Amino acid sequence: MIRTATRIALGTVSASMLLSGAAMAQTELTMWSHGAGNDVEIKVLNQIISDFNASQDDYKVVFESFPQGSYNDSVVAAALAGNLPCILDVDGPVLPNWVWAGYLQPLQIDESKIETFLPGTKGYWNDQLYGIGFWDAAVALFARKSDLEAWGLRMPTVDEPWTKDEFMAALDAAKESGKYEFPLDLGMNDQGEWYPYAFSPFLESFGGDIVDRTTYQTAEGALNGDAAIEFGEWWQSLFEDGYAPGPAEDPADQATGFINGKFAFQWNGNWRAVATMAEVDDVVFLPAPDFGHGNIIGAASWQYAISATCPNPEGANAFIEFALDDKYLAAFSEGMGLIPSTPTAAEMTEMYAEGGPLATFYDLSAKQAMVRPVTPGYVVQAKVFTKALADIANGADVADTLDAAVDEIDSNIENNQGYGH
Amino acid sequence: MASRLTRSNRAGWLFALPGFSLLFLFIIIPFFFAFWLSLTNQRLVSPNPAEFVGLENYRKLLSVAVVTLEPERDEAGQIERDSDGAIKYPRVRTITRNSDNPQYRGMGEWFRWHSGDNAKVVIASDVVFMKALTNTLIFALFIVPLQGGGALLLALLINQKLRGINAFRTIYFLPVVVSIVVISLLWRFIYDGDDGLLNSLLGMLSFGLFEPVDWLGRTDTALGSIIVMSAWQAVGFHMVIWLAGLQTISPTLYEAAAIEGSSRWQTFRYVTWPGLRNTAVLVLIVITMQAFALFAQINVMTNGGPLDSTQTLVFQAVERGYGKQDISGGSVISVVLFLLVLLISAVQGILTRERK
Amino acid sequence: MALVSAENRGLRLASRYATLIVVALVFMFPLVFMVVSSLKPDQQLLSDTSSLRAFLPVGDISLDNYYAAFERAPIGRFMLNSMFVTVTTVILSILLCSMAAFSFVFLEWRGRNVLLTVILATLIIPFETIAVPLLLFVSKLPWLGTDGVHWGWLNTYRVQIVPWIVDGLTIFLFVQFFKDLPRELIEAARVEGASWMMIYRRIVMPLSGPVLATAAILKCLKMYNDQYLWPLIVVQDEAHRPVMVGLGYFFQLQIAWGEVMAYLTLISVPVIAFYLIMQRAFISSIASTGVKG
Repeated sequence: MIRTATRIALGTVSASMLLSGAAMAQTELTMWSHGAGNDVEIKVLNQIISDFNASQDDYKVVFESFPQGSYNDSVVAAALAGNLPCILDVDGPVLPNWVWAGYLQPLQIDESKIETFLPGTKGYWNDQLYGIGFWDAAVALFARKSDLEAWGLRMPTVDEPWTKDEFMAALDAAKESGKYEFPLDLGMNDQGEWYPYAFSPFLESFGGDIVDRTTYQTAEGALNGDAAIEFGEWWQSLFEDGYAPGPAEDPADQATGFINGKFAFQWNGNWRAVATMAEVDDVVFLPAPDFGHGNIIGAASWQYAISATCPNPEGANAFIEFALDDKYLAAFSEGMGLIPSTPTAAEMTEMYAEGGPLATFYDLSAKQAMVRPVTPGYVVQAKVFTKALADIANGADVADTLDAAVDEIDSNIENNQGYGH
Repeated sequence: MASRLTRSNRAGWLFALPGFSLLFLFIIIPFFFAFWLSLTNQRLVSPNPAEFVGLENYRKLLSVAVVTLEPERDEAGQIERDSDGAIKYPRVRTITRNSDNPQYRGMGEWFRWHSGDNAKVVIASDVVFMKALTNTLIFALFIVPLQGGGALLLALLINQKLRGINAFRTIYFLPVVVSIVVISLLWRFIYDGDDGLLNSLLGMLSFGLFEPVDWLGRTDTALGSIIVMSAWQAVGFHMVIWLAGLQTISPTLYEAAAIEGSSRWQTFRYVTWPGLRNTAVLVLIVITMQAFALFAQINVMTNGGPLDSTQTLVFQAVERGYGKQDISGGSVISVVLFLLVLLISAVQGILTRERK
Repeated sequence: MALVSAENRGLRLASRYATLIVVALVFMFPLVFMVVSSLKPDQQLLSDTSSLRAFLPVGDISLDNYYAAFERAPIGRFMLNSMFVTVTTVILSILLCSMAAFSFVFLEWRGRNVLLTVILATLIIPFETIAVPLLLFVSKLPWLGTDGVHWGWLNTYRVQIVPWIVDGLTIFLFVQFFKDLPRELIEAARVEGASWMMIYRRIVMPLSGPVLATAAILKCLKMYNDQYLWPLIVVQDEAHRPVMVGLGYFFQLQIAWGEVMAYLTLISVPVIAFYLIMQRAFISSIASTGVKG
């Protein structure tokens, strides 16, 4: 009885609301992001969403955030269960995998709007744009200016980086000074995406690569050729000769090791820069050394994309275009220390504006950055690469380890019918 | 046996059915599905349709071969030796990556031994799996006596009438209450190589003589460290099971034993232990099952390293199924694991039955 | 027999307590470290690990980490979700598993040995290995609601509860315990014409205090502490997330260890409380098992 009564009442209410007009006609667009627990990121996103929802009457974005560590698993599970949201973010190098699997559809946004965006923020696959990032990230060699001066080391620049010999001389100088427990912190404990992101550029600078980028059909020669073996020997020597702690490194080192004076140098991302500047007065951010084939760092961070199953792609595209405004890009950067995607947004921030303390990172991102292999197979290749590097650091035979990695990557490519290249 | 009194097909099914049907729906059906997947090339993420591949995945997982390496000889036919006097052998890759031996392609060295001047090398198509298998067996072999025996000692210790004994029981159980993920995170601080709690403690106890050990970073200590931590964490769990068993032993039996003047060992041997038989089977089986499911500790602490010294079967199943998006590859490991544990429990079943 | 002197007894008592205390320290130290660390700022927390200070609430002590943790994640919501899922599952589990075990041990019926073997075999299957098939399965299951049939169980409490109610271990636990109960009691009751339901409710369950407590505690731990992978893949909205998924909120690029410790301390409180309550079942059951002898 009561239930029937309520239902009738509800029916009347909703009917009257329908009559009352457009407010109810807003179509819901679901949106997911990886930033749960990151207050600042969520705050900016919520700001964009409420601005967008207020700016027009057709769409209403409904937002859900996930912890980063398990975000990819959540998305893959949702895709399997046919439950993807309309708008979602995706880590740059993973994007081809999701496009290939049919999770995403191309973005339909005005090309002129993203002309000035940093190359690493654009997610292309088969010449079509699928993802666009509100920021980029970059890594640099953190050092203390006083040390460089004391040890008589040349200040490297993006145009004239350290050579391999200069870099090793710097590590030796740090070692001989006896001031530090280790010359270098590489953040070896974090055996996730950090390894390929932070270390594959070293391999590329030696002349090797994770996979042969001309065909993306094999890693033979790229990951186990002479250049790769030379890289592997060098990599192993960093740990065997006591330059850096290996994969069992203290997990806290990445946050506090450099600040506490345990390390002379630290290979770390711009997201640690602000906190480090607060503790180490004379910290400088140096570009990656050139090991022979250019100085390279990893590019591409998180990007926003639209799912293939989204029933309202116009609305989703409209939202993403709306969010690309410089003021939001600047807000993300101000809040999280990330690199703004455009030079105009960079100018709006304190840190990345011309002459700002982190302007170096903008240059690094614009000039040094190279995307990780653009292939759906990257997800697996990254895992294989990570294990190989950890094993080599732990003393495994370099050639055998790289051979095994090549075998695994090749058989994986074959099992996936070439990943659609 | 008054079997007529207890025989009832209808009541029997009625009592068992609600539970069994849930188990059937949510464990047995998915498992058969996983078994089917292991016979295909299904990927987690892929636009390509899955194909039936028969036992191909099993072949890739389990293939092993033995190759012989002959010593390198100089022009005079003398065996070449390195500066330590050890015989020099050609690299295994000269065989496995040689187009004359397509059957060895993709295989790698698992272990080797020497016979005469030659080296016999066991190569496997999936070396990581073989190492995971060995580690899992080692883990099970050590954790069963350590955890089961330790738990029984604790249960006996705690099963006495003393003021405040409940407080101690609670404390011994505390690690069980905390998630294994959390425990693993905490123990990373304990096992840390230079300023970890364990190294600091050992340093203090030995007045500084103890050299800090990188517990999780060395191939010879990593698995042992995880065994000790796992035993420590779950020992309270099994203490509770033993206690529940101890509670079923009638106090009159102890009284009788006391009257006959039996020693503490005799009381344990002839009163307590026989009363714990069913509990012992339970504890043995539970620990064995949990040992083979070892995953969280590895995932949080070592990722299978260093140099695969802590790889385990479930860790590899998850790593492949999710991390490498190879659902069929993960399923194959699950099925192999299932068959292996089935075999082991059958053996355990026979052994524990015979003791009766 | 010789009388044991008071002094001797005192000494024995002291040595017993000494053993108990030393063992207690071994089991407590990581948790003391956790609680103490939750009161310290990150910098101090990490540097204290090299000395006994790690176990002492010294230095810059405050509740700041707790405030920050509550800011970062809806902890109350996560805990309520976990507690609801846990309590519901535990109650249903105890009921259905004890009934099944009762049937396996005390009744004779066709097929029971086969069924029991199958149930024991499921103990071997690690959940991680069937998660994906199970996900595909539950995403298509029907559910009868007040307003008709819904398809798909994602983003609900039931998807976190129903698949976990029955497990081989809990059934096995009851089976092993029931085997030790005196069969004569049951047979006597049958002779007197008691129904099976009556025997289950009036005779077997009242004697099962210790195993009920054990099963409830173990199931509770499983549900509260180990639910990570499953909710991760079947629950997408924050409103249904349990505590272990919530832990991910604290692992940002810069891990706030103090907040992690605070969160861990907070989420451990309900389980410890549950364990303390369940302990009574042990104690009260001692009397009842004494009677049956």
